[in-house]
Amino acid sequence: MSEGENEIAVHIGDVVKVYGSGDSAHTALHGINLDIRHNEFFTLLGPSGCGKTTLLRMIAGFESVTEGEISLYGQNLATSPPNRRPVNTVFQQYALFPHMTVAKNVAFGLKMKGHGEAETRARVDEMLRLVQLDRFAERRPSQLSGGQQQRVALARALAPSPKLLLLDEPLSALDLKLRQAMRLELKQIQRDAGITFIFVTHDQEEALTMSDRIAVMSEGALQQVGDSRDIYEAPVNRFVADFIGETNLPEVVIERYEGDHAVCRLGDGSELHCSVSEGAAAAGERGHLSIRPERLSFTAAGEEGSIRCVIDRTIYVGTDTQYAVHLGDGSELVVRVQNEAGEELPWSAGDEVGLRLATGAARLLSD
Amino acid sequence: MSGRESSSQKSLRRYPGFRAVALMCLFLLYVPILVVAIYSFNDIRSITTWGGFSLKWYAKAFSNPQIQSATWNSLVIAVSAATIATCVATAAAMGMTRGRRFRGQGGVFAVISIPLMIPEIVTAVASLAFFLAIGFTLGLHTILIAHTVFCIPFAYLPIAARMQGIEKAFDEAAKDLYAGRWRAFRYVLLPMMTPAIISGYMLAFIISLDDFIITSLVAGPGSTTLPLAIYGLVRVGFSPEINAISTLLLLVSMIFVSASYLVSRIGRSN
Repeated sequence: MSEGENEIAVHIGDVVKVYGSGDSAHTALHGINLDIRHNEFFTLLGPSGCGKTTLLRMIAGFESVTEGEISLYGQNLATSPPNRRPVNTVFQQYALFPHMTVAKNVAFGLKMKGHGEAETRARVDEMLRLVQLDRFAERRPSQLSGGQQQRVALARALAPSPKLLLLDEPLSALDLKLRQAMRLELKQIQRDAGITFIFVTHDQEEALTMSDRIAVMSEGALQQVGDSRDIYEAPVNRFVADFIGETNLPEVVIERYEGDHAVCRLGDGSELHCSVSEGAAAAGERGHLSIRPERLSFTAAGEEGSIRCVIDRTIYVGTDTQYAVHLGDGSELVVRVQNEAGEELPWSAGDEVGLRLATGAARLLSD
Repeated sequence: MSGRESSSQKSLRRYPGFRAVALMCLFLLYVPILVVAIYSFNDIRSITTWGGFSLKWYAKAFSNPQIQSATWNSLVIAVSAATIATCVATAAAMGMTRGRRFRGQGGVFAVISIPLMIPEIVTAVASLAFFLAIGFTLGLHTILIAHTVFCIPFAYLPIAARMQGIEKAFDEAAKDLYAGRWRAFRYVLLPMMTPAIISGYMLAFIISLDDFIITSLVAGPGSTTLPLAIYGLVRVGFSPEINAISTLLLLVSMIFVSASYLVSRIGRSN
């Protein structure tokens, strides 16, 4: 079997995880189905407690699978203990062995797999060069900075050439600047190494910038799987729209459907054309829209096709200005307008203005 | 945090009578020991008048065959009991902190640590009654068994405390990197545990070396340990030789306790 671009690396079929038994049983995962492709940077994204780490630990072998199947390149992993799986993990707090040097840490997996001295040494050198830590080979982990430790953890996990690398929120312990630099570096290393990565995070920005595809999870279930653009532009439900980025979620009445669009009425009576996500309610019922704040703009009050609103307050946030507004019926929205150099803010609190939606800005969600 | 600590330290000194009570405690605790240590170097056979510096009581103690054999017995028992107790304590700590939680875990912890709270004489009598009931003749082996048993909780406490502080992620990382259970323990957990294990070992060793009450009940005729030998000498009549042995025993204890403390501190700072 050739490892082509679309070959499935990891197949997760109807995986259920139940902790405890009887009355105290708690279902952490409800029937997860996922296919992760060869060489993909795949992210499991969700708030804490959504089951993303549980799923990762099941793939690594640290948690048993209650029901369902996990296979790696067609091979069922169910019966292999963690030390028999060609899968390595970068742990959240790195878990570098404090009594070993950096080089010994990186060599550990190779040594346990029974590789020879010379081969191990060559591979360790190669890995340390890859993460630019060759000068630190004889240091102890405690003598390194957080970012360097993070890279040692990565080198250690990559050294035994796993078929799959699991990363459990590896950037969460770093400060912002370093985190942003490491995102690019991680992505580059993944491309160079040609290994499938499964990355777990609760940070949507991290997910959007690095991933080929993202699975958004909540309460032990998959909400949406897609690339960054899909997830941001076409969220399928309220949870995804709300979790990814910032959005307005006004309640509307669905007037009618016109082809693949819907016409919805806002609380103040104005009508909007919206794209529709699968599973949205039928005409005549209530639903929620997602309108990204940056897709809204202001114009003079009463202008054709605009919605009348009043600005309540403005917050200057550097790149743009955030306006809180309310419509005729009192419902509130947030608008973001990009700032231009040297200009005074054109609108201020108390102004009555017209609100304009960019085309395709409103999306009708399923609940 | 540290500011608050130092201010509370200051306020402690302001308590009326703090100084007097503290000085009295220090005096009662340490002056008798100091006197024993000083008079072990006395040239004459007196514990009240100083007759010049001499090492003759040490020479006498070293050449006393009874003391020699008692010292040997004490060392053999302390080394064996501490070794066995440390192994058992390490295994117990593994089970308590590394395994899956089990029913009655709290009860097991109580069973392990209660011997620390039982009056020693009760343990002593119970041990004696037990050995007699199962028909063991008393001797060095009964001392060894009793010592091993009461050393376990002393070895267990520092070992379990340290093991609790080592995150499970280290075991998982080792297993993730193709180490089986034994190699994960051997190459990762054990080296990380070494300072605590040494610390527990030394504590057990010193507890065994110093023990008198249990030993005196379960020792058979002829199986004399150092504390028993000292007691025997005191009963015959006081001799500065006893000062010399006591001082040596004190020295050994102090070395072991300080070493145990230092080693566990090194372990923690790693």
